[in-house]
Amino acid sequence: MPDLGKYALEVALAYGATGVLLAALVMMSIRRAARMRRELDRVEARRHG
Amino acid sequence: MSIWTYANPVRFMAFTKPLVPVFGALSALCLAVGLIWGFFFTPDDYRMGATVKIFYIHVPSALVAINAWFVMLIASLIWVIRRHHVSALVARAAAPIGATMTVIALITGAVWGQPMWGTWWEWDPRLTSFLILFLFYIGYMALWEAIENPDSAADLTSILCLVGSVFAILSRYAVNFWNQGLHQGASMSLDAEENVSDVFWYPAVVTMAGFVLLFAALLLLRTRTEIRARRLNALLLRERMQDA
Repeated sequence: MPDLGKYALEVALAYGATGVLLAALVMMSIRRAARMRRELDRVEARRHG
Repeated sequence: MSIWTYANPVRFMAFTKPLVPVFGALSALCLAVGLIWGFFFTPDDYRMGATVKIFYIHVPSALVAINAWFVMLIASLIWVIRRHHVSALVARAAAPIGATMTVIALITGAVWGQPMWGTWWEWDPRLTSFLILFLFYIGYMALWEAIENPDSAADLTSILCLVGSVFAILSRYAVNFWNQGLHQGASMSLDAEENVSDVFWYPAVVTMAGFVLLFAALLLLRTRTEIRARRLNALLLRERMQDA
């Protein structure tokens, strides 16, 4: 771990906030994609079945 | 084969299916290499100290924040001119990614600005235009949600996107236009006579590639989701009409 000196809090805050926001964006995108795919498959199956 | 072939949703879905994991994996690789390199293996700046490590997330996120809007602009213009539904959905899909990147750029900029400038925020031309760009992102997404008819929503959001482009341009060039404020000029321009030192430049380029690839992966994933959502709504509507 590099010595961040007196700026450790600022650097940790910047990386932490970025990590949380990017993780939230990726997770929400994947979850919505999976949900939409599931629902469409269900409706398509009902339509053809 | 013409690019307009991919305006067909079925062809677009087939073409993009293998691209999402490829872009996602490349993005993860570039981000891991760039961030580990930048965070652990670069020295502190002689003026900014360890805060220079914020550079590796602030600059790439700002880059994507601005250029996501230009992607939306091009997609919106294609919708307005050629009426391809996929292009309208590309624009819609890009907005949450651009908004998130704008928030990241604003937060990391504030956190970096506090120790360097002595303030979290200043009504500086670049910072202010960036904040307005974020508000345009919010307004754009809200407008999509507020209008039930998807074609009307695409029309109106396209106009909003055109207007908001002014602030996307200002976010990039405000420093050059007004030559005032706290924010420095571009430090990574390809045409600049003096850029950041190579020791910071190389990991930053890798990280920027990671952010751009992440944007591409998420854009394709979200566009595919929007296409499915549109198809789902159409089928449900058809079912309701048959039941009535």
